[in-house]
Amino acid sequence: MDYHFNFNFVWRYADKLYWGLLLSLEIAFVSILIGMVIGLGLALAYTGGGRLVRTAIAAYVEFIRNVPLLLLVYLVFYGIPSAGGFAYDAQTSFVATLALYSGAYLVEVFRAGLDAIPKGLIDAGKSIGLTPWQRFLYVRMPMMFRIVLPSLSNVYVSLFKDTSLAYVIAVPELTYGANWIKTNTFRVIEVWLVVWPMYLVTCYVLLHGLRLLERRFSLVRR
Amino acid sequence: MIAYIANTLPFLWEGLLVTLAVSGLVVAISLATGVLSGVGLVYGPWWVRLPIRIYSDILRGTPLLVLIFLIIYGLPLLGIDFGNYGSAVIALAAFKTAHVAEIARGAIQSIHYGQTDAGKAIGLTFPQRLQYVILPQAVRRFLPPWINAVADAVKGSALVSLAGIVDLTLAVQQVIGRTYDPLPMYLLGAAMYFIINYSLSQTSRRLEARFAYIRE
Repeated sequence: MDYHFNFNFVWRYADKLYWGLLLSLEIAFVSILIGMVIGLGLALAYTGGGRLVRTAIAAYVEFIRNVPLLLLVYLVFYGIPSAGGFAYDAQTSFVATLALYSGAYLVEVFRAGLDAIPKGLIDAGKSIGLTPWQRFLYVRMPMMFRIVLPSLSNVYVSLFKDTSLAYVIAVPELTYGANWIKTNTFRVIEVWLVVWPMYLVTCYVLLHGLRLLERRFSLVRR
Repeated sequence: MIAYIANTLPFLWEGLLVTLAVSGLVVAISLATGVLSGVGLVYGPWWVRLPIRIYSDILRGTPLLVLIFLIIYGLPLLGIDFGNYGSAVIALAAFKTAHVAEIARGAIQSIHYGQTDAGKAIGLTFPQRLQYVILPQAVRRFLPPWINAVADAVKGSALVSLAGIVDLTLAVQQVIGRTYDPLPMYLLGAAMYFIINYSLSQTSRRLEARFAYIRE
């Protein structure tokens, strides 16, 4: 191998990678928050709704889950504004795409979570005279969130990895920063050798941090 | 409108064939490497398990897009050049191998230990136990998640368009480059992916229901 590694250029533009990483985390975080609202709303609608509502929700979930995320990113950023005659910036578009995307996965997560609440608990709520709304707020929601917490952290880590796709519509996240350095310095392999561990380490730090959180809130106290 | 879409169909068809070829290759390669790794993860000595575990954890912590770029630019550096197409297939297959390995590991480990004991008790050797006892049962646990992984591979193959390979996604982009009418083309492309992946995920669901009777 007669290639001479030169990481100097990568370090010189390290701020692009640093801010890129933060933006990736931020995009994933905002997206999962909106996705959770979508997911929870639709999961409740699915459980309580009629056939029409259920079919519509199933159609949304199946569409999102069976189409490549890349195509969804293009569809939202280029496709929809072209037909509607309006425009939004790339970052908003990407967050919206990722929120819709995670929403489709979270509907299933929340639905399973709602199903997994022990019936006895809801009966216990009834027996101490809680109204349906109180049962929802103080019994079902806290239980459900504790049940789905592991799935939520998996979705978050996976969304963080998916933010790398934002580079195709020039959102300045980590992969975009890497491509910027690549095209401006031609230190191609050095850039990827720096960015790759950045993703890897962040993923595992996130995963372990979230596992600690899960243990703190898990149903069975250890 | 219909004539316009009919005009673009040959281009999309070419792209679709590339998407199917890439996904097919990736699925075939990763099935072999993944199942081997999965068996290694369960039955291997520590010096087999450890490298597979590290490999799988590293690959699953890497965004697929980053892996594709890393392999496309990194392999030529090592003096290996498979071209864009080959490198992209290797990247996707390397990624999928980690997932298939975990599915295979989970499927094998879900078979109760008593089955192995029973196999030993009637004097079966290790390969015989695998062939006649463990794997026939494990395959039923393996198939449904694996078919989902196949659908995932089809979706993941869209990323090769960013490496300049004219798959369905890039074919759609190229048509739009000519017609400047993005929405119908993206929806058409999405519909094509949808048909492939939806039939796969339905198959997976049906198999899962079919094999649901198996307990321990």
